[in-house]
Amino acid sequence: MSWLGLLSQLMAIVMALLLAPLMTGWVNQWRARLQNKSAPSLLQPYFVLHKLFNKESVLAEHASPLFRAAPYIVFGCMLLACAIIPTLSTDLPLSPAADAIALVGLFALARVFISLAAMDVGTAFGTMGARREMLVGFLAEPALLMVLFCASMVSRSTSLTTIVETLAHREFTIYPSFLVTGVAFTMVSLAENARVPVDNPETHLELTMIHESMILEYSGRHLALLEWAASLKLLAYSCIGLALFFPWGIAEANAPLALLLALPVLLAKLAVGGFLLALIETLSAKMRVFRVPEFLGSAFLLAVIGLLVNILLGVS
Amino acid sequence: MIIKLAPQLVNLAATLILMLSFAMISQRRISSLINLFTIQGAALVAASILLGYVTHQPDLYISAALTLALKVIFIPWMLHRVIRKLNVRWDVETLINIPTTMLVGIGLVIFSFSLAWPISRLSHNLAGGSLGIALAVVLLSFMMMITRSKAVPQIIGFLSIENGLVFAAISVTNGMPMIVEFGVALDLLVAVLILGVFMFQIREKIDSLDIHKLEALKED
Repeated sequence: MSWLGLLSQLMAIVMALLLAPLMTGWVNQWRARLQNKSAPSLLQPYFVLHKLFNKESVLAEHASPLFRAAPYIVFGCMLLACAIIPTLSTDLPLSPAADAIALVGLFALARVFISLAAMDVGTAFGTMGARREMLVGFLAEPALLMVLFCASMVSRSTSLTTIVETLAHREFTIYPSFLVTGVAFTMVSLAENARVPVDNPETHLELTMIHESMILEYSGRHLALLEWAASLKLLAYSCIGLALFFPWGIAEANAPLALLLALPVLLAKLAVGGFLLALIETLSAKMRVFRVPEFLGSAFLLAVIGLLVNILLGVS
Repeated sequence: MIIKLAPQLVNLAATLILMLSFAMISQRRISSLINLFTIQGAALVAASILLGYVTHQPDLYISAALTLALKVIFIPWMLHRVIRKLNVRWDVETLINIPTTMLVGIGLVIFSFSLAWPISRLSHNLAGGSLGIALAVVLLSFMMMITRSKAVPQIIGFLSIENGLVFAAISVTNGMPMIVEFGVALDLLVAVLILGVFMFQIREKIDSLDIHKLEALKED
């Protein structure tokens, strides 16, 4: 482990913490603009976090310790996920701790805890949201795994840093399978981040909501942590997408100059990605909950086709 | 640069065509189905131009121009007109439900890939791997013709089979003889025109485009 590695790890974590609300604000702003509404400030998520952290946290009468612990666990999971995804540099001392499979496991851990906490208080909305979240989750996870396996086949490793090193710093090659898995990954990320075709992140108290209904009972600092964790999750998914499909610009080990350049490149890529997300959300209508399994099933099958194309074209 | 990347780009176009066939299977709306078919035609045009440029075969440009005129411009325009006139922009009904169809589709893809894999190992062609993909596109479109009960999706399935065949021809044998190419294009044009007239007639006679209503011989 080098000092530079430590530095890039620290930079990645700090960047994720600071940038995640900005990314959410950017997406919200573009979505408002595309829908002819007056856009909120780019810094609105920071104001909301500041407000929530200063408010008193109210707990339900019968809430168990699990309800209180869940926000911290979820936030920790998302932060660790952001720390092991190569965003600025592939020289991350933490990344040997978890490969692509463990990363999916981290997301699953967060999901289990937030669902348990939603059921803990015993409100109708919380239970309903938790069940729907599990429905989305158990279909989205295999699809995400298949997408990651497709990239692993190319680089012969499930470690995210190795995948990025292989894709970004070897001779430029077009992998046709990435076209299919890219579509699959987009579908999975829309579902996992509670975005429009599956869930609407803007509504409170609507019968079709999933994510919002699970955090209805939270307030104050707990709600702030959960909101922050949701932004971190969005950032993490965007960064996985960028790392797999557009890895150019992520610095290698022992390259301090490239590390400096990596930040503006990442910001530009995230800005374009956020705009595209807002565009997708504006163009598509929310689907019925019963259509979600079909949607995610297609994502899974597309990812499987990606694997098959890899085998046919003899990539691995 | 483009010469070196050409096989990968052809494979990319092949994968795009395969993905679009798959999207067609899962698509319920007729107008989106026609749009997907248009994009598939455009991917085919791109693949032909690329192969023509790399292998220095000007006939492939003519083939690309034919595909562009017919499958990207004329046929989609005509189909859009037909569904507007017949007022059939409603949801497509399928015989088996869509997830099952897609699972069967994956089976077909595995079957055709494993069939074409030994051949592509042997070939020293520019795009040997695309034979399997072309075969998969043909089988998937065939399945779409079988599973759909309405007339317009069946026609699109038929046209999509032709897309797969043309792609196999240009990628494996570097293009059919020009006369065959022209013949197929003419056939296709006539077929679509006749099918278009047929749809109006079917609609007039039985008041629906559901093919199953044709199975009974007399009205009851």
